[in-house]
Amino acid sequence: MDSVFSNVDRAPEDPILGVTVAYNNDPSPAKLNLGVGAYRTEEGKPLVLDVVRRAEQQLVNDPSRVKEYIPIAGLADFNKLSAKLILGADSPAIQESRVATIQCLSGTGSLRVGAEFLKKHYHQSVIFIPKPTWGNHPKVFNLAGLSVEYYRYYDPATRGLDFQGLLEDLGAAPSGAIVLLHACAHNPTGVDPTPEEWEQIRQLIRSKSLLPFFDSAYQGFASGSLDTDAHSVRTFVADGGECLIAQSYAKNMGLYGERVGALSIVCKSADVASKVESQVKLVVRPMYSSPPIHGASIVATILKNSDMYNDWTIELKGMADRIISMRQQLFDALKAKGTPGDWSHIIKQIGMFTFTGLNKEQVVFMTKEYHIYMTSDGRISMAGLSTKTVPHLVEAIHAAVTRVD
Amino acid sequence: MSMMAMTIRNSASRGTMMSRQIYGLRSMSSWWKNVEPAPKDPILGVTEAFLADPSPDKVNVGVGAYRDDNGKPVVLDCVREAERRIAGTSFMEYLPMGGSVKMVDETLKLAYGDNSEFIKDKRIAAVQSLSGTGACRLFADFQKRFRPDSQIYIPVPTWSNHHNIWRDAQVTQKTYHYYHPETKGLDFSGLMDDVKNAPEGSFFLLHACAHNPTGVDPTEEQWREISQLFKAKKHFAFFDMAYQGFASGDPERDAKSIRIFLEDGHHIGISQSYAKNMGLYGQRVGCLSVLCEDEKQAVTVKSQLQQLARPMYSNPPLHGAQIVSTILGDPELKSLWLKEVKVMADRIIGMRTSLRESLEKLGSPLSWEHVTKQIGMFCYSGMTPEQVDRLTSEYHIYMTRNGRISMAGVTTGNVGYLANAIHEVTKSS
Repeated sequence: MDSVFSNVDRAPEDPILGVTVAYNNDPSPAKLNLGVGAYRTEEGKPLVLDVVRRAEQQLVNDPSRVKEYIPIAGLADFNKLSAKLILGADSPAIQESRVATIQCLSGTGSLRVGAEFLKKHYHQSVIFIPKPTWGNHPKVFNLAGLSVEYYRYYDPATRGLDFQGLLEDLGAAPSGAIVLLHACAHNPTGVDPTPEEWEQIRQLIRSKSLLPFFDSAYQGFASGSLDTDAHSVRTFVADGGECLIAQSYAKNMGLYGERVGALSIVCKSADVASKVESQVKLVVRPMYSSPPIHGASIVATILKNSDMYNDWTIELKGMADRIISMRQQLFDALKAKGTPGDWSHIIKQIGMFTFTGLNKEQVVFMTKEYHIYMTSDGRISMAGLSTKTVPHLVEAIHAAVTRVD
Repeated sequence: MSMMAMTIRNSASRGTMMSRQIYGLRSMSSWWKNVEPAPKDPILGVTEAFLADPSPDKVNVGVGAYRDDNGKPVVLDCVREAERRIAGTSFMEYLPMGGSVKMVDETLKLAYGDNSEFIKDKRIAAVQSLSGTGACRLFADFQKRFRPDSQIYIPVPTWSNHHNIWRDAQVTQKTYHYYHPETKGLDFSGLMDDVKNAPEGSFFLLHACAHNPTGVDPTEEQWREISQLFKAKKHFAFFDMAYQGFASGDPERDAKSIRIFLEDGHHIGISQSYAKNMGLYGQRVGCLSVLCEDEKQAVTVKSQLQQLARPMYSNPPLHGAQIVSTILGDPELKSLWLKEVKVMADRIIGMRTSLRESLEKLGSPLSWEHVTKQIGMFCYSGMTPEQVDRLTSEYHIYMTRNGRISMAGVTTGNVGYLANAIHEVTKSS
């Protein structure tokens, strides 16, 4: 019998996850994976936080725990604690019950559910996203039925923020348009607005009644401080306006594969927040019915126990500090080698990724000749670097810059 | 009170008055003023209501989650052991977009057979999914993307969320006859007529076993006839198998409908769930598979399924998949699982018998034969919504208003109370 799907073409490899596939297939002992953004230790190993292991043990040793369906909106305590984490314990929005928080499948799931809700209930269906942004962003919004426009963000000339371009493009956006903002540690560039620039962005957004949708995937992971990394989100919420926030625990708690995250919708009133939550549940039910219990239980266990919470902040700062140190080491080594170009962006950018400024041809060269794996836009994951491997990377960059245009 | 005054009063103690006055005014009202409160989910809303009821006599026969004879949720021993082995060893890294290969391989064996030629020939495109719901939704999205002109035929009645899933995937829905209210059994001729009258190459949703909500399944002979007619009409069969092992106690037997279609050469799709048969409800573990012409096509189709998963959740959750692979990959644990599944299925079959006998003993004027003829977690009692409402308001018995009783919620401790209540509200029908 003929297949009803014989018209289906093979999809291209995901550009980001495909890098790890290629890396895994490479037999060279010198290979270096600077592709996907998962934290690695100095020894190049994945890391499970000690506090996560403790939470895990607590859960598995508790005979009263069951595996029942959790509510469509997820675990209630997880949701409350997640809102507190991003908005601050003393947030008026929380105290006034104006925040609808729904557990979702990590950042991706939170973005998708939020976007589907907006498609159904919001009067504007265009979302402005920064150029460049995480490769999966446009797909998430397109599949939710939103149309995607870009606002200028990265300036290749300075390897920093194109602030004027950003203000112009958002200034020209139609009233009410949705705006995707990376809360901190912009992916892929590592370029964040300064607090002063954030304030101007906020004023512009509010004056044009644009709707902010924050993607917060690196809270605590960028600067090492949970509060500092939440600053942009909190100033928006402090002005009393509405916004959406997608939170992920993939990186800052190392819970990648467990898919833990939360969508928060900050509303004008408690009544509205309650209705909004009920409608978000209608998006979730036909997608996966209810979210997975395991990862959220680990997070809730940690966040509600003050000792574990404190231990977490220490381990989190440890990860952030190692990355900051790698930035410094890479920069110092490139300077010492005399590699042509201004590499100061390496220490100016923040978070897991550095947008090196290397072009596609240079990236291909580095992979072929030096077995260094990164995405073709020149983004390297600092988390994949170690003191031992910095010299190899510097060799490769130097060669690429001097031999390949 | 003016909007301005309200703002000042609301923010007076917060020190944010300045910014709210300047920036709050222009967007004074919410973007979401027009959002209506959503209706409660008809199934999950029942449990919410049950939990809120303070009555000591309350009985929950609403949502389809298994309970032991003490009315308690069960975590299988094989699951506890698997979790003990997993704890402390997992690095919690991202799974591939298509999920755990090990878990998917074991899961395909359950549906297609341990020695399936289709598995050997690598003709099955399969991805780990967010339980059965997630598998159905991925398939619906895939159907929409690659067969945009197709529609899905859904049985009447069916699990209410099926309609939501295909609607949100924007696939046109049609229905086919299934349940026969007079006999409380299968409307076989109605079903066959609808299959015959559907345009050639239509897509049909079939419940592989233990139909939800009716518990009414075609016989083996009827399945063969359905398969033959599907062949003649070149229809596509998508099986939702949420109860393999849970229906008869024997996973091989519960997969019979699927095996018949495979023997007859159909290229089917299957949604599999471990929510009930492994008790992994909240872990959200399942699998979507599509049987293709050859290995090349299977690779192609899988790549496209992954393209649908990536913008939905990137990759599926790890923990539940680890539990499944640990159990199914270890002969001892697998054997323990099979025993435990049979215990659950047997307890439900026992409760069906108890409930029917209790009703007959009470002298009910109605026939309750269907209670033992139907199979799986649910009994479609035939009660009206009004009768169900009386059960809830007068007896604190919770079920969905379509008269569906989750037999998993029936125990030796409450079957008498339940029978009596049902008798009271139905005796004058």
